[in-house]
Amino acid sequence: MSASFPLTRRKAGRFWIILACLLCLGGAVGLVLNALSSTIVFFMAPSQVLAHPPAPAQTIRLGGMVVAGSLHTGRASDDTPEARFDVTDGQAAVTVQYRGILPDLFREGQSVVALGRYDGHGFTASEVLAKHDETYMPKEVADALQKSGRWDPRFGPPPNAADWNSMTVPRPDTPPGPGAAP
Amino acid sequence: MIVLATILCPESGHFALALACALALMQGVLPLAGLRRADSPLTALARPLALSQCLALLFSWACLITASLGNDFSLKLIAETSAINKPWAYKIAGLWGNHEGSLLLWVTLLSLWCAGLALLPGQSPTQPEGLPLRLRARLLALLGLVGAGFQLFCLTTSNPFLRLWPVPADGMGMNPLLQDPGLAVHPPLLYSGYVGFAVPFAFAISALLEGKADALWARHMRPWVISAWALLTLGITLGSWWSYSVLGWGGYWFWDPVENAALIPWLTGTALLHSVLVVEKRNLLHVWCLLLAIATFAFSLSGTFLVRSGILNSVHAFANDPARGLFILGLLGLYGGGSLLLFAIRAPSLPTPQAGFSPLSRESALLLNNILLCTLCAVVLTGTLYPPFMQLLFGRTLSVGKPFFDATTIPLTLPLLAVMGVSMALPWRQARTDRLLPRLVPALLITAGTILPAFWLFPTPLAALAALLALWVISAALCDLFLRLRGLPAGDRQLHRLPRSLWAASLAHVGVGVTILGLCGMAGSQERLIEARPGTHATLTGRDWELTALTPHHGPNYEAVEAHLTIRRHDAHGPVLADLTPEIRLFPQQGQRTLHVAILHRPLEDLYAALGSVKEERDPRGQSHYSAILRLHENPLASWIWLGGIIMALGGGLHLLPSRRRPKPVEGKVGSCH
Repeated sequence: MSASFPLTRRKAGRFWIILACLLCLGGAVGLVLNALSSTIVFFMAPSQVLAHPPAPAQTIRLGGMVVAGSLHTGRASDDTPEARFDVTDGQAAVTVQYRGILPDLFREGQSVVALGRYDGHGFTASEVLAKHDETYMPKEVADALQKSGRWDPRFGPPPNAADWNSMTVPRPDTPPGPGAAP
Repeated sequence: MIVLATILCPESGHFALALACALALMQGVLPLAGLRRADSPLTALARPLALSQCLALLFSWACLITASLGNDFSLKLIAETSAINKPWAYKIAGLWGNHEGSLLLWVTLLSLWCAGLALLPGQSPTQPEGLPLRLRARLLALLGLVGAGFQLFCLTTSNPFLRLWPVPADGMGMNPLLQDPGLAVHPPLLYSGYVGFAVPFAFAISALLEGKADALWARHMRPWVISAWALLTLGITLGSWWSYSVLGWGGYWFWDPVENAALIPWLTGTALLHSVLVVEKRNLLHVWCLLLAIATFAFSLSGTFLVRSGILNSVHAFANDPARGLFILGLLGLYGGGSLLLFAIRAPSLPTPQAGFSPLSRESALLLNNILLCTLCAVVLTGTLYPPFMQLLFGRTLSVGKPFFDATTIPLTLPLLAVMGVSMALPWRQARTDRLLPRLVPALLITAGTILPAFWLFPTPLAALAALLALWVISAALCDLFLRLRGLPAGDRQLHRLPRSLWAASLAHVGVGVTILGLCGMAGSQERLIEARPGTHATLTGRDWELTALTPHHGPNYEAVEAHLTIRRHDAHGPVLADLTPEIRLFPQQGQRTLHVAILHRPLEDLYAALGSVKEERDPRGQSHYSAILRLHENPLASWIWLGGIIMALGGGLHLLPSRRRPKPVEGKVGSCH
């Protein structure tokens, strides 16, 4: 076998390489664009959800503070734990339904991010996230607080849970029931 | 004893760190100057300087460990991360669980790699195959420059030896999540992989400076690429196992930026591993190989420093500590940007190869592997960077998670697997279809025979297809090994006669196949969440899980509750399959809770139980009842994911073992020795 191939052969080889690269790149760009349009999840604060309700099939991340006294827990017929609570950004509140274990650091009056869908009446969460840190506030929630004018980073750290509770505005149609704490 | 404690005081450690920084700078500058002037005394300094820099850094570790074991809370680092009642092993392991300590670990590992390079036998009349001395001096100098930059960063912005006043009586304690044996070994392994890619990077820069990247250069570089790759593979495997068995969320890979930061250099590193082979055997693709070496190290650097430090994910972290962020960006710009600039200037003037190859040849297969791996890397990079960029540029908060990565990476991985199976059977230069097909027939038959079982066993057609391709990879690797054994002369058909590199490649490919099979199995995992009192039964995939008791117990620095679960076959009266005791621990010092998952690893499935929380309820008569929230999983083939990772790393390790016989002269040209 000869050590080198004629020039035409080399050119043909280069053509295959370039074709393979283009195919791969084209495929990857197509995949990424397709995936970005269908699978990314936007973050919304409760006031945004109420002002511009997302499509019922669209998954969103809802973030805010858990309204004090709004948590109701129960158990479904197959022993799966269930929870219902209100999430607020200080301007509006949305009721969240969740089947599953609430995270350890889920507390009323603290920040939470719920992943799920909004059907026009309530939010059904498939996942609820709260960080393992009492003082931590998810960046998204902090941004939502800033947008709603509840917190200006120039004037110190975000408001703590106790202050926040006094600032919450319960949703007019379903006021959180008193004494619902577990 | 007191003398020893005085010698190993934090100030000595601080001094040793500064000394190491100065030594690294000398190691970077002097040999390069020597090489310019053909002045051998300066060039020969590289080796002793590298060794002494390594000793200085090890000494500063000894000081830091002494301070940590001696509960010296006057050190800020130890006051913030340690406590008197912390187990002693974690007093050592906890040192690298924070920014300052992990940076010191990073530079120390780099100096260890330098020491390894310095201690390796160089080229001599008795050992003509050793690393040429001038190349070694240049490599050590370049690595010294990299080390000096990061040691300066460590000294000026993230010094682990800073004192604290007033001295607290006890430390604040470590994040209890980090109190886990897996996490104690994980950072050193992962970091040695990350840092290891600095050596191929130095090889690339040295080739660009010399204007020569030939087969001999690739042969010297290959063991370093493989060892870094094997360590990174082990690190990622261990990290994923930790995520599965400690975090207790039921999965193994979250597509979190921190995880992706390790995956991205792994993908380019795997591409580099394969393209180095082409450079070595066929003297082709060397410009591409240089670019991959630079990119891999740049991704490792940005992975370690941008993503892990959280700068990329939140602008706040950057704003909190602008000095740190700017320094890191400067270093990344210097090393990444500088080397790319050098590449842009010097790469076009490198001699172009004269050889060609046909579309059906091992070169083509390896090239396709490189294209696919780099496309995968670009996709993962896009998914990781898209959210922060959208946030920064348009102020929209969004998240890109498993659905995105599933939709983009799976279609790219499937052709990669298909090519992997063929590649081992392909010869260099040009394959003849009439010889290739018989080599592939056994593996094809095995794969074809498992089509029906695969579609029956795996939950989705996609998982079944991926599993079939994984099986194809495994059977092709094993059949190829078998056929090559048959190809040996009749009297000499012993397994150890086959080249070690062949074994290594087959083993690594089998590892990939095993991991993919594990991933496919996990796609069909079943889970149930229950709230249960002792005595409650739950059924999951035809098995009965019973919570028999909830018992409290005490640990050295935590309080815990254990749930005792009994799993029976068929129903509540079937034979006992296993007992699992998941646990929940409360660390009062930090006010944190950690989950301790109980897992029963079986060959074909994992039984997995996590205790979410324990509630106390009082009935009207005043008696208290405990109830627990339990998460029960049945994860098919789960342990194969990590088993495959270990097999891949073993393949890498096998390649590094010195071969008993002198290697046969390789097919194709090997560059001339200088």
